[in-house]
Amino acid sequence: MFDWRWDFTLNILPRLIEATGNTLLAAGIGYAIAVVIGLALALAQRTPFRALTLAVREAVEFIRSTPLILQIFFVFYVGPQFGIRLSPWVAGMIAIGLHYASYLSEVYRGGLDSVPRGQWEACAALNLSPARTYFRVIIPQALPPSLAGMGNYLVGIFKDTPMLSVIGVAELMHTATAIGSESYRYLEPYTLVGLIFLAISLPSAALIRAFEAWVRKKLGMTR
Amino acid sequence: MMSYSAFLTEYGPRFLDGATVTAIQTVLAAILAIVIALVAGLMRLSANVVPRWVATTYIEIFRGTSLLVQLYWIFFVLPLFGITLEKFTAGFVAVGMNLGAYGAELVRGAILSVPRGQWEAAIALNMTGAQRMRRIILPQAMVIMLPPWGNLLIELLKGTALVSLIAVADLMFEAKQINGTTFLSAQAFGTALIIYYAMARFVITPAMRGLERRMRRRLSRA
Repeated sequence: MFDWRWDFTLNILPRLIEATGNTLLAAGIGYAIAVVIGLALALAQRTPFRALTLAVREAVEFIRSTPLILQIFFVFYVGPQFGIRLSPWVAGMIAIGLHYASYLSEVYRGGLDSVPRGQWEACAALNLSPARTYFRVIIPQALPPSLAGMGNYLVGIFKDTPMLSVIGVAELMHTATAIGSESYRYLEPYTLVGLIFLAISLPSAALIRAFEAWVRKKLGMTR
Repeated sequence: MMSYSAFLTEYGPRFLDGATVTAIQTVLAAILAIVIALVAGLMRLSANVVPRWVATTYIEIFRGTSLLVQLYWIFFVLPLFGITLEKFTAGFVAVGMNLGAYGAELVRGAILSVPRGQWEAAIALNMTGAQRMRRIILPQAMVIMLPPWGNLLIELLKGTALVSLIAVADLMFEAKQINGTTFLSAQAFGTALIIYYAMARFVITPAMRGLERRMRRRLSRA
């Protein structure tokens, strides 16, 4: 059948753990980009300019319904064709950040739509500037209903980072594949990668749910 | 430099071949995902702890790790256990098993959101458990879960792009090959992006909308 070798496992574990750091870093940077650009994409769909709204809407739809892995290749290889050379990390972060920005913009849109009309009217009546209206009144109320979606996509981006291995970002999957081709043993590296993903994503999902519940309670919201 | 129309005349047939393989992978993976989702979703609602536990473990494992990890594991590690799948099979099996785990949660949620009165009425009419599920609960649950299934099927279509990494000659694979020989990256990957988008927007979305309309009509007539 198969033989699981513990000495080999212990040998490769430090390398995989080191690569896990890169995976978490990639997820963190990608998510930070997505949170900011996603908000920009959501707000751009709320301006009085119809053309802008439609263009952003269509772009978001396009990014959401095409494969991330293809977008990673696109960003990485199209630059050099026009004389712009991007490192695997930069190209990967742009691609994954934009992909998740389009998802998050939908989450924000839902959150913004859930703020009652009266809040906008009150801001107008108080003569608040658009910036103050958004940052002091609307966004703080739109945030709690968006938290569940935001949390899901944080775990989601973490699970999508293995795709960065295809352009050579030295994250977990890339390291496991390298170990496999050096040693011709795939059982331990790929199984360990799976276990590391489970060990991080399951507790994170539970933690995010707990955080969400805490925020709701803190803000005195039922449900 | 080659014009884009010349590029399309030259490589169009290969993009079409790739798109066909992507379509076949999507259909096979979707069938597998729907079957797994129904079985695992119902098992999660079982009164017996064993099937409940099996389904939960399955769902947590497949939702807790990456599709790419699962695909590589099925293709490279499973043969060590004596199960060797051909790359084409390994491709849609991995995608179907992954999305099936997400689908199971949709099935479970939809069944739970069928109003209690419907369950009680079926019991009052002395229906067996299977009859109740098949004739009363599932048809109503279907209408509830169809819209999220539309999104899931688009995720599934996108997921099939990963099978190119185990050398299944799908659309993504052809785009990579064409890029490798022509170095026309914008044209090669751009064309593939547009084809994926067209498949999602002009095939999957309208088909699901049509299905939703039909299911609603059938339900209101019954």
